[in-house]
Amino acid sequence: MWKKIYAWLDERLGLNDIYKATLDRPEPRGNWWNTLGSASLFLFVLQGITGIFLSVYYTPSPDHAYDSIQYIMTGVSFGWLIRGIHHWGASLMVLVVFIHMLRVFVTASYKYPRELTWLIGVGLLLVTVFMGFTGYLLPWNQKAYWATTVGTQIAGSVPFIGDFILKTLRGGPALSALTLQRFFAAHIWILPAMLAGLIGVHLFLIIKHGESQFPNKED
Amino acid sequence: MAGSHNINRRDFVKLTTVAVGTVIGAAIGLPAIGYLISPALRAGGKDAWVSIGTLDKIPIGEPYAFSFTRTQVNGWERTATSYGGFVLRKSEAPEDMVILSSRCTHLGCQINWHADTQAYVCPCHDASFDINGAVIDGPPPRPLDVYTEFKVDDAGNLQIHVKEG
Repeated sequence: MWKKIYAWLDERLGLNDIYKATLDRPEPRGNWWNTLGSASLFLFVLQGITGIFLSVYYTPSPDHAYDSIQYIMTGVSFGWLIRGIHHWGASLMVLVVFIHMLRVFVTASYKYPRELTWLIGVGLLLVTVFMGFTGYLLPWNQKAYWATTVGTQIAGSVPFIGDFILKTLRGGPALSALTLQRFFAAHIWILPAMLAGLIGVHLFLIIKHGESQFPNKED
Repeated sequence: MAGSHNINRRDFVKLTTVAVGTVIGAAIGLPAIGYLISPALRAGGKDAWVSIGTLDKIPIGEPYAFSFTRTQVNGWERTATSYGGFVLRKSEAPEDMVILSSRCTHLGCQINWHADTQAYVCPCHDASFDINGAVIDGPPPRPLDVYTEFKVDDAGNLQIHVKEG
């Protein structure tokens, strides 16, 4: 019965092919350093899920942002857990993505035919860092406010167009409700959409080319 | 001992994965559900005596509209909710009156008194109630709610007992 249903679905969806391509790939050599990409992907999904849950209560307005987070921490069942996972997961994700990049660099896995996988990976690291930067403002506490003041000021030190960049980031010359709102939009819509798209291409290329052989003494 | 208790390596790994996955799923899934439904499980139902007007200003024989506001803490904010109703004094006797809620029993819109047709009419779905709150026409399942507990204090203020849902 179940075999029949599975066969029917497999014929139309190609489940076996997907399984073989994604989970039954040959690995050149068992090595834990090769799992960092999967760890990054896991953290992305974890941040996505906990982020969606936080958006149930969080309000991106100067009047309510801080209070709504206080409410998540003290008023909602397990709110401390969801926010805690999102908070620590964010730091961990930046760390894991960065170590993943170091691994690819050290094992020279960025060479032919994986140059584009590498470039997209660099893009993924940058977007991940921007996720961290925009998410940092959302609690709207003193640390968040001044960190964003300093961060946008640094971006504003670019020659000639610095002032324009600063105003674009802040939505005006000063940190305001506009800043909080656009950081929120970037954090939950723009950057995650970019991440998801880039991850899709990244994964496709990995499945297409397979894992790279580690260099040995002859190389 | 090559009996039925043997389990091969692949099946063991599968079984362990499913078991560990179930435990992790429950450990994360149950708090997640609790997080979402948490506000629905708050204890509500505060009650209070609310003054709705002085008795000698309320006419006899025709509905007198009143309204009052109650504030409640919802999450990180205080929310003010307006309530309204109609007092109908039937005679000089202070206890001879009907106090109706203006909340339509159909889907909660605010009803209005139409003196020309002598009916309470709900603007949402054309429900109408008579002067005592009984359904004349339309979809409402029951008559208008009545504030049964009321009293007149020493200063002549009419007070009703309000229970918040």
